[in-house]
Amino acid sequence: MALLAWIRRRLVVVFGLLTLAYLLLPNVVVTVFSFNDPVGRFNYSWHAFSTDAWSDPCGVSGLCGSLALSLQLALWATLAATVLGTLIAFALARHRFRGRGAVNSLIFLPMAMPEVVMAASLLTLFLNTGARLGFWTVLIAHITFCLSFVVTAVKARVMSMDPRLEQAAQDLYAGPAQTFLRVTLPIAWPGIAAGALLAFALSFDDFIITNFTAGSTVTFPMYVWGSAQRGTPVQINVVGTAMFLVAVLVVVVSMAVGNGRRRMQEMTRKQA
Amino acid sequence: MTGTPSGGDVRLSGISRVYGDFTAVHPLDLTVPEGSFFALLGASGCGKTTTLRMIAGLEEPSTGTVHLGDQDVTRLPAYKRPVNTVFQSYALFPHLDVFENVAFGLRRRGVRSVKRQVGEMLDLVQLGEHARRKPHQLSGGQQQRVAVARALINHPRVLLLDEPLGALDLKLRRRMQLELKRIQTEVGITFIHVTHDQEEAMAMADTVAVMNAGRVEQLGAPADLYENPATTFVANFLGTSNLIEAEVVSAATDEILVRAGGDTLGVPAERCPVPAAAGTRLLVGVRPEKAALTHADETDRIPDGRNRVTGVVTEASFLGVSTQYLVNSPAGLGLAVYAQNVDRDPRLAPGAEVVLHWSRAHTFALDAAQDIDAGTETLGTADVSGTVAGTPVKEDAG
Repeated sequence: MALLAWIRRRLVVVFGLLTLAYLLLPNVVVTVFSFNDPVGRFNYSWHAFSTDAWSDPCGVSGLCGSLALSLQLALWATLAATVLGTLIAFALARHRFRGRGAVNSLIFLPMAMPEVVMAASLLTLFLNTGARLGFWTVLIAHITFCLSFVVTAVKARVMSMDPRLEQAAQDLYAGPAQTFLRVTLPIAWPGIAAGALLAFALSFDDFIITNFTAGSTVTFPMYVWGSAQRGTPVQINVVGTAMFLVAVLVVVVSMAVGNGRRRMQEMTRKQA
Repeated sequence: MTGTPSGGDVRLSGISRVYGDFTAVHPLDLTVPEGSFFALLGASGCGKTTTLRMIAGLEEPSTGTVHLGDQDVTRLPAYKRPVNTVFQSYALFPHLDVFENVAFGLRRRGVRSVKRQVGEMLDLVQLGEHARRKPHQLSGGQQQRVAVARALINHPRVLLLDEPLGALDLKLRRRMQLELKRIQTEVGITFIHVTHDQEEAMAMADTVAVMNAGRVEQLGAPADLYENPATTFVANFLGTSNLIEAEVVSAATDEILVRAGGDTLGVPAERCPVPAAAGTRLLVGVRPEKAALTHADETDRIPDGRNRVTGVVTEASFLGVSTQYLVNSPAGLGLAVYAQNVDRDPRLAPGAEVVLHWSRAHTFALDAAQDIDAGTETLGTADVSGTVAGTPVKEDAG
């Protein structure tokens, strides 16, 4: 009875922890198996502890090349989609032009369409235009589907922005360029950053569209998929764990920086 | 319209603004003398903010010109005009702290060392210790003062205030009114203040322009507007007026006699803006605080020569300092009387027969060809607004 009462009092905490465990369990498994020394070609059952894979992450042929390619693709796709998407979002949020409604709904289409359909149609398009499948076709495809997400994220932010802020900037001697750089962009920034992060994540781990449009080029998700047919090297788990750690590190550092800045502000306030 | 043009006057000539088929501001001529505190007063949607934004350069006039002194600024973009605005919602930059908000204008004009100026300005508005806070960490009153400091630091030729006190509670608003008035006297800059609060306009401004439906109804010093309203809108919007429909009996050079509901009333001829001949109709008005009530049994105690209207008390609200009565009479319904509680007559309760009387000199007349209720609808309950609001003068809820 005492135990039940204890649980009842901490129901939210208990459920929160369970949900967190459910979300993080796959990451734990990946991490644990990055230290495995498997028997045979498949890294699916625990055999013995080893740090061999960690000391030689590029030991499997093709893995690090595909990783570098994926990172490169993701960076370029993010850059292009963020710039284009931000411009589109401003146009849609700020201006009334012919076909605005159509653009507004068409921009959602790539998000709503099943990925495999989009992949097939992109492939058809590339083949009919005689494009050589490879890095460029994949990049174009990635920019296409990242664009919608960036537009959505930035548009929401721009729409919620008080137009008086820009008028205030103009009133305070800021010309159009200054107004954009000093007021509009900094305030829209969280939306742009969110869109860019989303674009990077989507591009980096995309498989279906990439698989259709890559030709003989192999990205990291394609490499993982391919090796899953023939045998999974432990290095895949190493790369996965490393990526997870980098992501966690980025979050922790950005939070620490934010907290530090806030604490600094409080300190200067107290001194003043 | 007022004063002679000089170096720093704001001069609007034939300025108007049309949106599609809606005319927000009808062609308007207005001169705001340099160094004055000028109020544009009106209900929401009367065109006062649009007028202000045309002076700021945030709105382009459909016709007409804006002059600052001798300079025609009509085609000048907002960022090139020596004019600054305090916005209704303050429009403080959320990503900048108080210091940077205030320094914004200086930095944009290429001023290198802003520290001393910003410090002085923050001291003027008593926010020195909050320099490194973000706007959202400040109270409404503090945000308002940042907005004023951010505009004033640029030493504009004209400071435009767009309902800057609208978001504050009543007490704070009164304090900020005094504060703004003090700052204006101190810096000597022309202030143009847009507001829907008639008390605020009267308390702060040297000159008030009452706007209605895109036009200036009347312009003048607060006391002058209050004592001599030219239209029913001004009479009702600025405080409360008892307006009575009457017919002219005789018109002498010094006094006009009118009849309303069986009573004969006198109006000084110089307070009648329209030609009055026997048989024509007029609206006769008196302010509620200038009228007195006497019980019907004691009419002999009323001095001779006062205007009298007989009626029945319908409502009596005790408000401490004063009591507000509403009287129905054949001359008009819902006539208001604000009586100081010096010697309160306990018989003056609802149902009592009374005589409402006031000095003939306090009577004004208006053209009868107007809506008698114009300007009263701000509270929704036209004839009892004073009592409902619980204050002697209408408090606009807006």
